[in-house]
Amino acid sequence: MLNFFHQLASPPYFYRIATAFIPWMIVPAILLIAYGSYAGLFVAPPDYQQGDAFRIIYVHVPSAYLSLMAYMFMAISGAIGLIWRMKLAHAVGATAAPLGAAFTFIALATGSIWGRPMWGTWWEWGDARLTSELILLFLYFGYMALRSSINDTAKADKACAILAIIGVVNVVVVHYSVEWWSSLHQGQTLMKDGGPAMDSEMLYPLFAMILGFTLLFGALLTRRIKTEVLYRERRSRWVREMILSSEGVK
Amino acid sequence: MTVVKNDKPNIFDAFIGIIRREFLLTWKKPGNSLNPLFFFMIVCTLFPLAVGPSPEQLILNGPGILWVAALLATLLSLNSMFASDFEDGSLDQLLISFQPLPVLVLGKIFSHWLVNGLPLVLISPFLAMTYRMPIEILGILMLTLLLGTICLSFLGSIGAALTVGLNKGNTLLSLLILPLAMPILVLGANTVSLATKNEFYATGIWALAGYAVAALSLFPYATAAALRINNE
Repeated sequence: MLNFFHQLASPPYFYRIATAFIPWMIVPAILLIAYGSYAGLFVAPPDYQQGDAFRIIYVHVPSAYLSLMAYMFMAISGAIGLIWRMKLAHAVGATAAPLGAAFTFIALATGSIWGRPMWGTWWEWGDARLTSELILLFLYFGYMALRSSINDTAKADKACAILAIIGVVNVVVVHYSVEWWSSLHQGQTLMKDGGPAMDSEMLYPLFAMILGFTLLFGALLTRRIKTEVLYRERRSRWVREMILSSEGVK
Repeated sequence: MTVVKNDKPNIFDAFIGIIRREFLLTWKKPGNSLNPLFFFMIVCTLFPLAVGPSPEQLILNGPGILWVAALLATLLSLNSMFASDFEDGSLDQLLISFQPLPVLVLGKIFSHWLVNGLPLVLISPFLAMTYRMPIEILGILMLTLLLGTICLSFLGSIGAALTVGLNKGNTLLSLLILPLAMPILVLGANTVSLATKNEFYATGIWALAGYAVAALSLFPYATAAALRINNE
């Protein structure tokens, strides 16, 4: 196991493994998302309270969960990069940030669209989840801004890793402080924590979508890491040899 | 042998030395620490001019406005924490010193708070009185601002260390620190507005105090690590 990680740290080895691995993630992802979309939109019964409006959760919940997971990914890979000086880990952090920001944006947009019929407004400051999700989006922006303003890749990697680790501790503090704040300003919330027990016909498509989105995230992330590794190793021999051999030049 | 031993200053002397140096620099050039203070006062003047002078509105929004103004003023002062040291090379002296860097950084942050954060706390009751804040609440406002500016100085030091020497001005630093600083604002401003409404407000103060203790003990290490990045 340890040996496997050791080998994975080597860019050419990772590049080959990743190329072989991507189809195993993208195919199930497409199947699961196709099933989840069909079952979620057509098979699942409408909610007794929200009608058809609830169906947006099939996109909203997986995106919201991935927006947090991508940040965890960034922080953990940053810590691995700092502690074991593994360069590949920093490449993971660099690529996870735009993906995480995209999922955060989708979660915010779908939440806001859902809020229109439910709350009668596109944006409700009183909702703790919406507000902390917005702060999370700003954290992603800060991370990407810091990375783009440092020219030296090695320095940018370390600075961003420190920021991500501080940020992940802060996400917890943000969550609880915003929760406390919204409890002061709003007595009742429309979205309950546990919620009513969901019908299995509603629940299975949701599980399928969550799993499908996670696999899609994995596939996109791996694909992007491959590109990032190629870019970072652009002066190395194995990249040159690989490109030459794929061009048919021996 | 003993002479050599006595020549080496101990950690505490180094810590005091840093603070004394910062005080001397502030004394020679008071503008750097007065600017955030003036900024704080001007922002507090802007709001009544923008939203109108009605007392009900000022009482209701006063805590929030004072807190946002204090947050922005602290942010404005953060850039100067390591910038001049980076330019004149004294930051390199700190980095190659045989004293532990987090302790030296702790001295820098503490003195930064003393010359930039503490004046805001001391002037805040006068500004709060113009917002018709009751006298009994002023102590609570000062306590939250005292804890809050400590938290902000420590949190901000990480941002200042990460952006030192980047020549990106204050915008990048604000973009990094503002989202991280939001919990401090939430806790501080809402504690004061709870107190003005005669409601239970201790939760926020305990949470701020907890944050301050955690920041005091952990953030100097992060700041030191961030400073080392530029000098490897």
